[in-house]
Amino acid sequence: MAELTLPANSKPTTGKLWKAPAGTKNIKTFQIYRWDPDTGANPRIDSYEVDMDACGPMILDAIIKIKNEIDSTLTFRRSCREGVCGSCAMNIDGTNTLACTKFTSEVKGDVKIYPLPHMPVVKDLVPDLNHIFAQYETIEPWLKSDTPPGTRERLQSPAERAKLDGLWECILCFSCSTSCPSYWWNGDRYLGPAILLQAYRFIADSRDEATGERLDNLEDPFRLYRCHTIMNCTKTCPKGLNPAKAIGEIKKLMVERR
Amino acid sequence: MSGPENSLRSRLGRARGLGSAHEGVHHWWAQRMSALALIPLSLWLVASLVCNAGADYAVVSAWLSGPFTLGALGLTILITVYHAVLGLQVVVEDYIHGQPTKLILLILLPMGGVALVVAAIVSLLVIAFAG
Repeated sequence: MAELTLPANSKPTTGKLWKAPAGTKNIKTFQIYRWDPDTGANPRIDSYEVDMDACGPMILDAIIKIKNEIDSTLTFRRSCREGVCGSCAMNIDGTNTLACTKFTSEVKGDVKIYPLPHMPVVKDLVPDLNHIFAQYETIEPWLKSDTPPGTRERLQSPAERAKLDGLWECILCFSCSTSCPSYWWNGDRYLGPAILLQAYRFIADSRDEATGERLDNLEDPFRLYRCHTIMNCTKTCPKGLNPAKAIGEIKKLMVERR
Repeated sequence: MSGPENSLRSRLGRARGLGSAHEGVHHWWAQRMSALALIPLSLWLVASLVCNAGADYAVVSAWLSGPFTLGALGLTILITVYHAVLGLQVVVEDYIHGQPTKLILLILLPMGGVALVVAAIVSLLVIAFAG
């Protein structure tokens, strides 16, 4: 059966409170999920009081400040700090998003930060993305063409190019896939919104000649049809994309080619 | 996730798994088409039941004996059960992961559906023709 409660050894306990220095005026508390594979202890929620007068505006600024100045053991991924690399995706204030593009001021009360839901945790806020990247590999995310390359670029009309808008912008942060209940319950076989949006990115590309082969590969009750149009993916996407629509387009093509 | 954590099978091997089943389109299409058919049929059924509310047995069985009513009611029952079986199959596939339980439920579901349809249609015919 689907797991609706956490196993006993995954239930978070109350962790340590890191007080701000006395006299700090503008305090925001960050409650952050901590789990260390080396201790074998249950996960815990540590609370950090951060001086917002000496902190940048984004959630990422705050957790970098925590790591630099309060608790260097806090572990998370980050790189570009401007919403193009997809590394700092995490569950902030109950929604999957990028720590670097989310303002701390958008969160009322304490800021609760957890790793992306229902993924194995490597440590603290770092989820294990091996399986989802393997799933990405199964859709062969590269242009396939049997027509030999000409002496210049493979051309597209402006209308053909426009079909890729809303698809190419995906940065593979996996906020969508990890917000999808279908992916939670059947992520071993269901490809999830991120991978299906990527699959459609190549299906929709006028230069790609493997459309039929790509659709063959997706035509499966689990790989594609676990999508029940729940729309969490579209709601959570920090880039404002619409994976549910991309999946809908794939389903339409499946019917069209019957 | 797929396979035990200590499996030495590659991640790509696990993700590819048993490959694509090359089906699912028919199920998806049938679910939508049956839903579409149920819109007018359910409206008709509700309207008819409202019209017949409070009527005695003789009036209702006379109404039911009409060829249009009998046909439409039979169709409503058939399509409702078909749609329900398709939907419940999705629920089983979504939530039941143990192989024996899942398989047994997926076998029992359509059987139960057929039994329900046969029982309902026979009842309709008995009411319509034997009064």
